Amino acid sequence: MDLSELKEGQTATVVRVGGDGPFRRRLVEMGFLRGTDVYVEKYAPLRDPIELILKGYHVSLRMDEAARIQVENVRDRR
Amino acid sequence: MPGKSITVALAGNPNSGKSTIFNNLTGTRQKVGNWPGVTVEKKEGHLKANGYEITVVDLPGTYSLTAYSIEEIVARNFILDEKPDVVVGIIDASNLERNLYLATQLRELDTKVIFVLNMADLARERGAKIDAAKLSELLDVPVVFTVGNRNQGTQELLKTIISVAEAEIDLPRTRRVYYGKDIEKAINELSEFIRKKSSAELPYHIRWIAIKLLENDRIVKERVLQSANPQGEAILQEAELKREHLREFFDEEPEIVMTDHRYGFIAGIIKEVLKTVSKQRVDVSRQIDQVLTNRLLGLPIFVFFIWAMFQLTFSLGAYPMDWIDVGVGWLGESTGQVLPESIFRDLIVDGVIAGVGSVAIFLPNILILFFCIALFEDTGYMARAAFLMDKVMHLIGLHGKSFIPMLMGFGCNAPAIMATRTLESEKDRILTILINPLMSCSARLPVYVLLAGTFFGAKAGNAIFSIYALGIILAISVGRLFRLTLLRGKVAPFVMELPPYRVPMFKGLLIHMWDRSKIFLKKIGGVILIGSVIVWFLSAFPKQAKFSRDYEAEIALISARYGASIATAQGDLVGRLVSERDEAISALEILQAREKVERSYIGRLGKVLSPVFAPIGMDWRGSVAVLTGFVAKEIVVSTMGVLYAAGADEHEKTEALKLSLKKSAMTPLSAYAMMAFVLIYVPCLATVAVIRRETNSWKWTLFSITYSSTLAWLVAFLIYQGGKVVGLA
Repeated sequence: MDLSELKEGQTATVVRVGGDGPFRRRLVEMGFLRGTDVYVEKYAPLRDPIELILKGYHVSLRMDEAARIQVENVRDRR
Repeated sequence: MPGKSITVALAGNPNSGKSTIFNNLTGTRQKVGNWPGVTVEKKEGHLKANGYEITVVDLPGTYSLTAYSIEEIVARNFILDEKPDVVVGIIDASNLERNLYLATQLRELDTKVIFVLNMADLARERGAKIDAAKLSELLDVPVVFTVGNRNQGTQELLKTIISVAEAEIDLPRTRRVYYGKDIEKAINELSEFIRKKSSAELPYHIRWIAIKLLENDRIVKERVLQSANPQGEAILQEAELKREHLREFFDEEPEIVMTDHRYGFIAGIIKEVLKTVSKQRVDVSRQIDQVLTNRLLGLPIFVFFIWAMFQLTFSLGAYPMDWIDVGVGWLGESTGQVLPESIFRDLIVDGVIAGVGSVAIFLPNILILFFCIALFEDTGYMARAAFLMDKVMHLIGLHGKSFIPMLMGFGCNAPAIMATRTLESEKDRILTILINPLMSCSARLPVYVLLAGTFFGAKAGNAIFSIYALGIILAISVGRLFRLTLLRGKVAPFVMELPPYRVPMFKGLLIHMWDRSKIFLKKIGGVILIGSVIVWFLSAFPKQAKFSRDYEAEIALISARYGASIATAQGDLVGRLVSERDEAISALEILQAREKVERSYIGRLGKVLSPVFAPIGMDWRGSVAVLTGFVAKEIVVSTMGVLYAAGADEHEKTEALKLSLKKSAMTPLSAYAMMAFVLIYVPCLATVAVIRRETNSWKWTLFSITYSSTLAWLVAFLIYQGGKVVGLA
């Protein structure tokens, strides 16, 4: 499942970050590592971008970027 | 004692409180410049302590030290090439894990490092306790606690900096990231290979080079090629072989696996040093965002903030503006009385004081606007603005972050264009730079205020607002057009941190405000001063020898005629005659002054160009004003002052100018067309200079000038001719 398919208030675990070289590496450096839990805090008023919490901080991604992150083990609340 | 100097580099994540620590250390003794060759801001500060001259360099805020962005390359190169005595890594204690990612990379560079755990109070509030002694031991690096926004720990940090700088420490140290058996093997083999191959001195220490080569770091590859010649090629080939092997083994890019290991190393540290108290306190920042980025309320609140900012800027700014206006009037008058009548006096009073004064009046606006923007930045709201606006900016093909320079454009385009440096993609940067001047800067406001105030009365506010809106609409359309034609390409990734809200430090706000306002002041002292003198010269020369009428004689005749009647008159009649006489004389004087300007160089120039401006409703005086506005848009007003109100000697020149504008051939329609023209045409000289510097290309600079002038004429033409067609006079 893609990260962009999650609803507000759901948590999931990162499986793999797709996409091309530098961008992919940047995401991994920002903490999107395999096994990391990501919580969907909210969607922006215009539904894009999306605000996430991981490793104790808040970060935002565009929907098409979030769509490149595969997740599993989706569960409600953190 | 000379030679006792220390250079300190501050490194850290964006939002780690780095600039606050920098301000605490250096106070106001700061110098803002540019890193050589690139367009990243360099901040440097100086202080004296314990007999040392300490230079503190604030490196750009980065998340990592790869070659991902210019900022990262600049930060890394400074540490590697300039070899500062001490590198201070600022770590946001309330966001330990991700901040340690950069910190471990700083450690890997094998320079003298100190870690600063900043905002530990915030971390404690969140129920996290950090064992500094343990952290210091695990990383083999001194650790200092600070609370930047309360200026706590600054002295201790300073002491540590000095003692570390003085100490002889053996580098490299032992505790470092362990990348796992297979990668470590590759690092060691590659290191050995490099050692054997390169007889010459390598720029950096070998383990680091090996690591970076395995990560496929393009900058390090270039450096190796240059310095390890002729063996560089062989080294890169060996590294590529190793990368290939690792990629096959892990079924993953080696740099990703290495990032994984760094985080693994960090997880180990966190386990030892971080004690999380189970009580989950309320997260204030999240609560605030429940409202400020709320799906329904977020955008209205954002619009309100922007509206409030402009209200504050212009209504609160009106008071000091009045004072400056009166002050400048008084200065001009008293200088005029002190100096003997001469060309020099005219130059000082009519050229310098009047010209610079008409611009200096906007200083309050600019200070307040930049204060508000600093407030948005320092509280963390700017990131929310980008979050809210990204979708909209994305429509133009821009990043939400572009919104920030666009917003600043309302203050002054020059610093706004400098702010495009925060954008990672070059295409985004150029596009943002090109459309930025369409954000109506505060220097254009006086032109609108004058014209709208004169012709639209109570509706002036609406007229001005519509001009701002026109600028935004044009920016969107032009942006889309450019994105589809000239600057095609992928939009930069968004990945943006939303840092916790912070109570800003007043001193920090003032410093930020001042840094930017200085640019405006420099403009007043430089370009605008010169521009005012040039405009004065063009309008004062050639010294008129022959007028169409003999004004002097006519004035003499009038005073003689009235003189006789006044002498014989009695009672009220005396006063009436005196004012009648003065009126007749001043009417003549105004005519004389106007004719003088008409025959001056600038008048001739305006007349030559008037066929170009006639279709958009401007007469020769308007054309001249607009021409002089290239120096700085504010000058449009002062030129109009000279051309329309010439001869008026009231203190409040503005009122006189409004009166004569009303009497001129100008109509509300042509005034509005002129407002639109001033909005769009060539940005001022200072902005053009900044565009040249930031795009680093004459091609883009010339393009910016041409497209804006053409568009300005077209839009003004449509407004004026269109307005006439539908019957607006």
